[in-house]
Amino acid sequence: MGDQLIFTYIVDGDDFTRAGEASSSVKNKLKMLGVDSDVIRKVAIAMYEGEINMVIHADGGTITVSVSDDDITMVLSDSGPGIPDIEKAMQEGYSTAKEEVRSLGFGAGMGLPNMKRFTDEMNIDTVIGQGTTITMKVYL
Amino acid sequence: MKLETILKLPELKVLAEGNPDREISKIFCCDLLSIAMGKAPADGVWVTVMGNKNTLAVASLTDTACIVLAEGVTLDEGTVAKARDEGIAVASTGLPVFDMALKIYQAGQS
Repeated sequence: MGDQLIFTYIVDGDDFTRAGEASSSVKNKLKMLGVDSDVIRKVAIAMYEGEINMVIHADGGTITVSVSDDDITMVLSDSGPGIPDIEKAMQEGYSTAKEEVRSLGFGAGMGLPNMKRFTDEMNIDTVIGQGTTITMKVYL
Repeated sequence: MKLETILKLPELKVLAEGNPDREISKIFCCDLLSIAMGKAPADGVWVTVMGNKNTLAVASLTDTACIVLAEGVTLDEGTVAKARDEGIAVASTGLPVFDMALKIYQAGQS
C-alpha cells in the first residue's frame, strides 16, 4: 500500500453510554481492510479501554488511528488531570474511578494493564494538570 | 456446540437471535466489564448479571457470540436492537449465573 490510512475520532466526555463508538468504528474499518482478526481484537480492546479512561478521567479527548504496512498506531490525547503515578496506575486492580463508574462494571483497575497486554508497544506521556497522550502500536 | 443449541434451552428467553449457526468456542462468566474486556473469548457465550449498553459494547469488541443475562436481568429495547444489528445473540434467564452456565455446558455435552 505505502500510503498511510488515518482515522480521527473525538471522544465525548459526558456520555458514558456512547463510549466504545470510536473503537467499534475502527473495528469495522479494519475488518473491511481485511486485517487479521486477532490484530483487530487487540486494537479494539486496547482502544476501548483508552476510550473509557478518557470518559472516566479526562472529560473526553481525541483518538487518531493510523494503519501502515507494518503496524496499527493509536494515539489517544486528552486535556485531563494527568496521571500522578504511572507505576501505580499500571498495577492491576489500582483504580481511582468513582463509584458511579464501578456500578456500571468498570473501574476495576484493568484499563491500562489491558492496554499494555493487548499491544506490542505502549508509551504514556503525561503532564499533571495538562493532559495525557498514550501511543500504542499493534504489529501487523 | 452451535449457538442454536443454547437459544433452544427452555430456561432462556431469546431477545436477539444473532447467527444461530455460529459455532460456540467457550462459556465465560464475569460481571466486571473491565475483566470481561480482557478475557471474554471470541465466539464465546458470556453469562453475566451486568445488563447495560456497555455490556453490548464489550461483547461486540471481544467478538462474543451470545450474551446471556442471568438473575432476571434484561437489556433496554434500544440496546437489544443494536445487538440485532451487530449479529450478537442476547437471551435472558431467571437462573443464577452458575446454574445457567452449567445448563449451557450440559447442553454442549449431550
